[in-house]
Amino acid sequence: MCAAGVILLVLAACGDSGSATRHINVSGSTSVSPFAEHLAELYQKQHAGKSINVQSLGSSAGIQAAAEGVAEIGMSSRELKTEEAERLEQRIIARDGLAIIVHPNNPIQNLTQAQVQNLFSGNIANWKDVGGNDHRITLVVREAGSGTFSAFEELMMKGIPNAPSALRQGSNGAIRQVVAEDPNAIGYISIGIVDKTVKALSIDGAQPSIENVRNDTYRFARNFLFVWPKGKQLNPLAQDYVDYVMSDEGQDELERLGLVRVK
Amino acid sequence: MKERIIGLVLAITALAALLALALITFFIFQAGLPLIAKVGLPGFLFNTTWNPTAKEPSFGILPMIVGSLWVTLGAMVIGVPLGLAVTIFLVDLAPERVSAFMRPAVQLLAGIPSVVYGFIGLTLLAPLVRNTLGGPGLSVLTGAIVLGIMILPTIISISEDAIRSVPPALRQGALALGATRWQVIKDIVIPAARSGIIASIVLGMGRALGETMAVIMMIGNSLQLPTSVLDSATTLTSNIGLEMAYASGAHRQALFATGIVLFIIIMVLNGTTTALVRRGLVRR
Amino acid sequence: MMVTTRQQTREASVDRANLRERLAFGAIWVAAILTVLVLLLIIGIILVRGLPHVSLEFLTSAPSDLGRAGGILPTIIGTVVLGFVALLIATPLGIGSAIYLTEYTRETRLTRLIRFGTESLAGVPSIIFGLFGFIFFVDVLKMGWSILAGGLTLALMVLPTIIRTAEEAILTVPLSYRETGYSLGATRWEMVTTTVLPSAMPGILTGVILAFGRAVSETAAVIFTAGTALNMPTSLLSPARTMAVHFYILAVEGISLEMAYATGAVLILTVLIINVVANALVRNVVARRLRA
Repeated sequence: MCAAGVILLVLAACGDSGSATRHINVSGSTSVSPFAEHLAELYQKQHAGKSINVQSLGSSAGIQAAAEGVAEIGMSSRELKTEEAERLEQRIIARDGLAIIVHPNNPIQNLTQAQVQNLFSGNIANWKDVGGNDHRITLVVREAGSGTFSAFEELMMKGIPNAPSALRQGSNGAIRQVVAEDPNAIGYISIGIVDKTVKALSIDGAQPSIENVRNDTYRFARNFLFVWPKGKQLNPLAQDYVDYVMSDEGQDELERLGLVRVK
Repeated sequence: MKERIIGLVLAITALAALLALALITFFIFQAGLPLIAKVGLPGFLFNTTWNPTAKEPSFGILPMIVGSLWVTLGAMVIGVPLGLAVTIFLVDLAPERVSAFMRPAVQLLAGIPSVVYGFIGLTLLAPLVRNTLGGPGLSVLTGAIVLGIMILPTIISISEDAIRSVPPALRQGALALGATRWQVIKDIVIPAARSGIIASIVLGMGRALGETMAVIMMIGNSLQLPTSVLDSATTLTSNIGLEMAYASGAHRQALFATGIVLFIIIMVLNGTTTALVRRGLVRR
Repeated sequence: MMVTTRQQTREASVDRANLRERLAFGAIWVAAILTVLVLLLIIGIILVRGLPHVSLEFLTSAPSDLGRAGGILPTIIGTVVLGFVALLIATPLGIGSAIYLTEYTRETRLTRLIRFGTESLAGVPSIIFGLFGFIFFVDVLKMGWSILAGGLTLALMVLPTIIRTAEEAILTVPLSYRETGYSLGATRWEMVTTTVLPSAMPGILTGVILAFGRAVSETAAVIFTAGTALNMPTSLLSPARTMAVHFYILAVEGISLEMAYATGAVLILTVLIINVVANALVRNVVARRLRA
């Protein structure tokens, strides 16, 4: 047992020696991580031997990981709480609109914000009450703690609780998958990952598009953040990666993927 | 001298499992108990609202307890008869060549990763349930069917041991009295192997109760108290698995507290099995 | 008259018993066939839909675009390394434990306690191991999400499997072997290393292989301890994504159904191979015992 332990430690030490700036951990929001991962892939192609580990764990876990130093950079898709903001430096890397999505065969094209609130709180349980077919509505939401969940609660629901019958899924992709499968489902995901398997509804007449988020016609948008401890110099690789994400090339790429650039 | 040292080292390795169990218990309880102390045990167990991140948070896990109960019982309804049938088949009916193929097949069933089961439930069974029976498809029924299959190896392997250890004299005696083979199985063999069979069922129950990833994929994870098998539900495990990554502060404590509840239930089930097996051995 | 009637009722009841038996046995056959069909269906679907997308390139290249394209090499490496770390820790502990319980002690209160610990540990759900590994290895011991943290967690999880199989394997070594050893003046340890262990080795190996299989298929305990990073792991402190976790993420997030099936196929094949090898070992042992 001891021998095994020693071997492990030695291996760990060898693997780690001199690599202080060869790899970094970027952890947090499942909404941000697909984009951070994509940029990490591009970055690593340009910088051989550097490794950016993007871990999709959730905003709160990411913020905590960054605060505790488990990860160099935390990713968040929700605003920092006051006590978090006191300890952490934050950089807005992009803005992201929240799209309400339904199955492509659903005849509904537009809902008002009040209708959305009534749907997700369970007051309206049949599609015919908002002008659709006579079918029971299947709600699909995120779970408590996720940045997308809090953004939806704040921006769209204004604090009205979700119906307990709502299905809960662990990521944007999982919600898209369930909605794409179920003709009666409605859910919410980042505009950036809406694809042809689902249909995004316009809200109060405004289409969820990058253009409309940028000019504030579509109001349901939140910031994507990178965070790290205040007063602590990022190591060179982490700094270089943040610079890359904020560069024209990085921002172009994020826009191409469906986010709203901040520079 | 050398022998003494070797004996001591071996004794220490033997304590590793016990130490691991102690560490697990300690850290899970340490992380979860503060929350139970804060909201009170009845409030934690019997409140129906789970909203851990609201301005005024609420930490009721009754929906998960009820969800676990439904899904686990459903899995037993499917897994127990099927498992016992296969066991009897293996012991009494199967021709040599068939059982030589069946046994590794059952073992393989145990080796298939739970995420593969979950995937089958998500992509094949859930749409089938939705299109034929209605509801969202991701439901108690979908989860119960797949979990029922997942616990088959546990039920089969342990109850097979129990049935095989029934003394042959008992069977032969009854057959000589003119009973049919089925009557012998039903009235002599199964009652004689009862405690082992119950142990297998209890262990299967523990397995169904403890499964996480497959359940997250299949049952939709809604926070309601289910009223039909076609409703979606959340279990103790699936809620931990779904929210753990996102949790901080009291929310995280509440998930560990959920872990405590799960841990205690499982320990009681394990204790029951051990007691049953021991009783069976003594009686024999 | 009376006699005939009694005989008739008896025949009728025998008929009824025979009919019941036929029905019951029929149902049992159906259940057995159903079980095999379910197994074949699961394996068949994954292999048929997955294998066409599995190629040498798929196995030897890194994923790109979150796994939508490219291969699964880092997840294969992650799985293997994680499994080996777990075995490296659990195997010596498990075998040592088994030797102690079988050769070095009688049934005492302590051994009963140890058996209780082992059995309870075997019943602990993997999500509890995940919670524990997350708080203890990742957080308290500051390993972060890493192969080391995941491997240690898995080691605890597979420990009971190794202990039990090793114990059984050692117990089946005939007593006469030991007596011969002692009569030649061997110490206990010499006996264990020269006679008992070699003879029990195939059985012990089976347990180790099965434990590796459990490590390969595990998700809940791994995802919170080894993390989900898709990069090639570079040290024991790097995070890693195993095949099972990759499969889970591809499937649940709807990233790519094709890639999910392909990864699933590789996963199922790995499990198949592990089971076949373990079975072959067991059969070998049985055959050898019979010959002896």
